[in-house]
Amino acid sequence: MNQPVIKVEDLWKIYQLGEVQVEALRGVSFEIEEGEFVAVMGPSGSGKSTLMNILGCLDRPTRGRYFLDGQEVSQLNENQLAQIRNKKIGFIFQSFNLLPRLTALQNVELPLIYAGVPPQKRKEQAIKSLEAVGLGDRTHHYPNQLSGGQQQRVAIARALVNNPSIILADEPTGNLDTRSSEEIMHILQELNREGKTIILVTHERDIASHARRILHFRDGQLVDNETVEQPVEALEILKELEEEEVVESV
Amino acid sequence: MNLSETLHSAIASILSNKLRSFLTMLGIIIGVAAVIAMTSLGEGTTEEIVGQIGSLGSNQITIIPGRSRGMPGMPVASRGGNMLEWKHYLQLQNFGFPGIKNIIVENTTSFAVTHGRESVRTRVVGTTPQYPEVRNFKVDTGRFFDQKELDNAERVTVLGRTVAQDLFSSPEEALGKKIRVGRITATVIGVMEAKSSGIQDLGEQVFIPITTMQKRLTGSKYIQSMTVQTETEEDLDFVVQFLETFFINRLKDPEKFSIINQQDILDTINQVTGTMTLFLTAITGISLLVGGIGIMNIMLVSVTERTREIGLRKAIGARPFDILIQFVIESSLLSALGGIIGIILGIAGSRVISKFTSYPAIISVEAIIIAFSISVGIGLFFGIYPARRASQLDPIAALRYE
Repeated sequence: MNQPVIKVEDLWKIYQLGEVQVEALRGVSFEIEEGEFVAVMGPSGSGKSTLMNILGCLDRPTRGRYFLDGQEVSQLNENQLAQIRNKKIGFIFQSFNLLPRLTALQNVELPLIYAGVPPQKRKEQAIKSLEAVGLGDRTHHYPNQLSGGQQQRVAIARALVNNPSIILADEPTGNLDTRSSEEIMHILQELNREGKTIILVTHERDIASHARRILHFRDGQLVDNETVEQPVEALEILKELEEEEVVESV
Repeated sequence: MNLSETLHSAIASILSNKLRSFLTMLGIIIGVAAVIAMTSLGEGTTEEIVGQIGSLGSNQITIIPGRSRGMPGMPVASRGGNMLEWKHYLQLQNFGFPGIKNIIVENTTSFAVTHGRESVRTRVVGTTPQYPEVRNFKVDTGRFFDQKELDNAERVTVLGRTVAQDLFSSPEEALGKKIRVGRITATVIGVMEAKSSGIQDLGEQVFIPITTMQKRLTGSKYIQSMTVQTETEEDLDFVVQFLETFFINRLKDPEKFSIINQQDILDTINQVTGTMTLFLTAITGISLLVGGIGIMNIMLVSVTERTREIGLRKAIGARPFDILIQFVIESSLLSALGGIIGIILGIAGSRVISKFTSYPAIISVEAIIIAFSISVGIGLFFGIYPARRASQLDPIAALRYE
């Protein structure tokens, strides 16, 4: 049997705010297998952002262990974590976080620059990645020349370009309208079908239902591990939206 | 992330905010331009003065009565009175010490010089026939007086060019004319070339034999200064030693005369102008310091502005060191660019100043290299603190920063 791509054991995160101790995570344990599409859900303050930061190797747990691809990463130093983020994790943020002065192509190339990939190979990979999200014709556009949905697709291309072990999407549809949201979810579902492991952090049930499993968080603890019997198909919703538009225009 | 990538991104970042980059560089630009202009003008002026002193004749040793005051080597008015006499000149002349090429004496007194209705008050120099050779100051029209005229204390005179122009319509016309110098009448036998020592117009002088001056004008046997010219520069030290002994033997007191080596004067001038240049450079160095602080200030602003960018770069795999290098390169590039612009402006500026003031400008490659290195160094030094701050930002907080 394959080892899980993510395995966390009794994860604690305690913040010291002056005199007060805040327990953001209180003994969380779970596993995510390769090729899964998992949503992490919970209201604000549930600890899902803290979890996301630890899973993304941006932060270290106070206690507990975190195995990524079988490697224990909870106690690595800053440089080692930077390397893990570069090689094994693709981030997608709510606010896209594209660099405004760089073209779509240059934005996508960025992780490869830090990985030390030579320029020609970098460009090829970045173009392939942009084509995968349907933006092969927008490589030389700057972020402000693209719609919100397109910008998020560039961000997805950037997350994909290093061929990471997991894609971490933090409220990726939070700044988008319904249609663009469904387009993004469709891309994520397609990527998942191609075998990518995707972890989606959201507080919206509608978005979470696109995943095949939902981890419910409350007060720093995992309260429910729900398997979604019938995940929402983004493509279906897109079709419905189109039909509605047709009806409206008639 | 390799160096060329970093350089590329730094250039893009500097170009993305042209006005601000320019204003940031301004301190460095002004500082470097000032340093270049100061050093090149300072060096040019020194060279000019040294050249002028050289043009007044080389390999000279001057003996004056009394102790010279002021800075060492500078011929300043002396006290101690009249100790050098005409007989000392004759004794020295007759001694025939090897290495000595020429000896001249100079007594300068102010007299009215008159021809017809024209009259000027000017310096009258009583001297010896070797004067033109030793002082490298030639006769333009006519001739200088000779040994026979000196021996006989004849009433002949050679006019400086300015004096000749004041009294006559042309130098040629002056030849053969009789003029009054003080209370004697003398025949003009020559007119000197136009020349300036850089400090004064040498044309405002009138030359007569020292014997004529002593016997017929002042009635004094003393002389104000004696100048010995050696065959070569190597003879200078040797001859100075000889002169010390020679005059101590005759005057019996080292306080009664001073021996001034021309080399000492040059050394003193070099020292003075060197100190001046250093002082001016130090002042402009402050401008560089201020420029550096300006760069640090802007880099700190830039780090704050780009907090999210730093957060993102870290999230996708930039190590703290990568971020540090990115910002250090940016500040160094900014100040290096300022340095280059400053060098160009400094060269142009010194050329312009030199044109308007007639001070020559000598632009030294060393000054350019030093100014450039200092400006890059300032960018490095003042860029490190902001860059460290950037590299230590917490990526989580940085990504959330609004």
